[in-house]
Amino acid sequence: MRTVTVVGASLAGLYAARALRSQGFDGRLVIVGDECHRPYDRPPLSKDFLRGTTGQDGLALADAEEVAELDAEWLLGTRAAALDAGGRSVTLENGRSLATDGVVIATGATPRRLPGPELAGVHTLRSLDDAQALRDDLAGGPVRVVVIGGGFIGAEVASSCAALGHDVTVVEAAPLPLLPQLGEEMAGVCAKLHGDHGVTLVTGTGVAALRGESGGRVTGVELADGRVLPADTVVVGIGVRPNTDWLAGSGLPLDDGVVCDAGCVTALPHVVAVGDVARVDGSRTEHWTSATEQAATAVHNLLAGETLLAHRTVPYFWSDQYGVRIQFAGRRLPTDTVRVLDGSPEDRSFLATYERDGRTTAVLALNRPRPFMKARRELMRSAQPVAS
Amino acid sequence: MIPVCHLDDLPAGESVRIDTAPPIAVFNADGEIYAIDDTCTHQDASLADGWLEGCLVECPLHAASFDLRTGMPTCLPARRAVRTHSVTVENGMIYVHHAAEEGNAA
Repeated sequence: MRTVTVVGASLAGLYAARALRSQGFDGRLVIVGDECHRPYDRPPLSKDFLRGTTGQDGLALADAEEVAELDAEWLLGTRAAALDAGGRSVTLENGRSLATDGVVIATGATPRRLPGPELAGVHTLRSLDDAQALRDDLAGGPVRVVVIGGGFIGAEVASSCAALGHDVTVVEAAPLPLLPQLGEEMAGVCAKLHGDHGVTLVTGTGVAALRGESGGRVTGVELADGRVLPADTVVVGIGVRPNTDWLAGSGLPLDDGVVCDAGCVTALPHVVAVGDVARVDGSRTEHWTSATEQAATAVHNLLAGETLLAHRTVPYFWSDQYGVRIQFAGRRLPTDTVRVLDGSPEDRSFLATYERDGRTTAVLALNRPRPFMKARRELMRSAQPVAS
Repeated sequence: MIPVCHLDDLPAGESVRIDTAPPIAVFNADGEIYAIDDTCTHQDASLADGWLEGCLVECPLHAASFDLRTGMPTCLPARRAVRTHSVTVENGMIYVHHAAEEGNAA
């Protein structure tokens, strides 16, 4: 393999590039990124960056020394437009064609938007430019912010906006935010964090429309139940769509992501996929840790030309909101029972486990990083011998 | 010289954070006491909350790992070392000698 092209220059793409070099690939390494920025860390965008306590420099994932060590050709600010049917050539939107022997697909995902005309003051949050635009929009003093979607992005943005002194309302279509992830009891505990910090949480109603004159600025959010929430700024956090449009002509199977085996290998042995865009062994995760872990597995298999390694892990994610660190690891089913082992939900500081047939399936902690780490380790250990 | 706690109060495998500025994490790694800056160089997380295995501590947030003896990261995502501080035990009491104040570079 003489040339490998990594399409996507964020966390998963960078980790794939690192893995290629650390696993001995000394050929030509091309990294294509649609943003003009070198790889940066996205989790702080909704937190420290939005609050202004971290700047762009604090987000860099690779310093100048590492960039030099990687010895890659960086094609930034240019989007990949197509992968040919054999997976041997990547065409960029500027028409340039890159011949390649191997491809790492790491194109991530794009936030979903609400239908309707574009209005000023309506934001999504995924990229550094998105976060900068929102930060600029909020810089003029306290305003009314409506956050649509009570998931992690929505909750973190709401928390940051509240810390900045804005009047914040979160709208969640489900009866509780984070219901599928945490189950009713624990989702209920996390939902209380909003109220603890003066943020209004409206649940069980979707959004009918955004109010505002076409071409002008948003003035409010009309809910499905008829209520109208006045708004100066709206942040839409209703999930993402994997970036697979550019692969339409490749012949690769796509199904809410690039379909891969357990080793992150697509239908073509020299094309692998990692991160938010990859549907690995039937599941697509949008977690920081998955993106980093998948890269080593994917690259190993890419260089071998076949699936030798499978990506086996216990899913893990965390969220920082309202001064509380929420950490979750494992795979829970809706029928699992939850038990608080340590601390108390009233104090917003506890460790809880999810159990099924006497076995622990998942762990959740609020502000209990040490016991959580131990519990996560045990979960990883006990998950090892289980064949999937 | 900063008093930390009695040696008896820091059994093997345990760690404690002291609220200096910046905070320092003190570990008992199988009987050896080490002190390093508490905040992971990768992102805001407390290494005193990390996973201690031998002379390595793993960050609780992103699994960056540091060698307590040198402060050097042993794997990504951290690339910069944490400062180390020297430790003495006198009359059963653990003391940390702050690297910046006492000039003994990490």
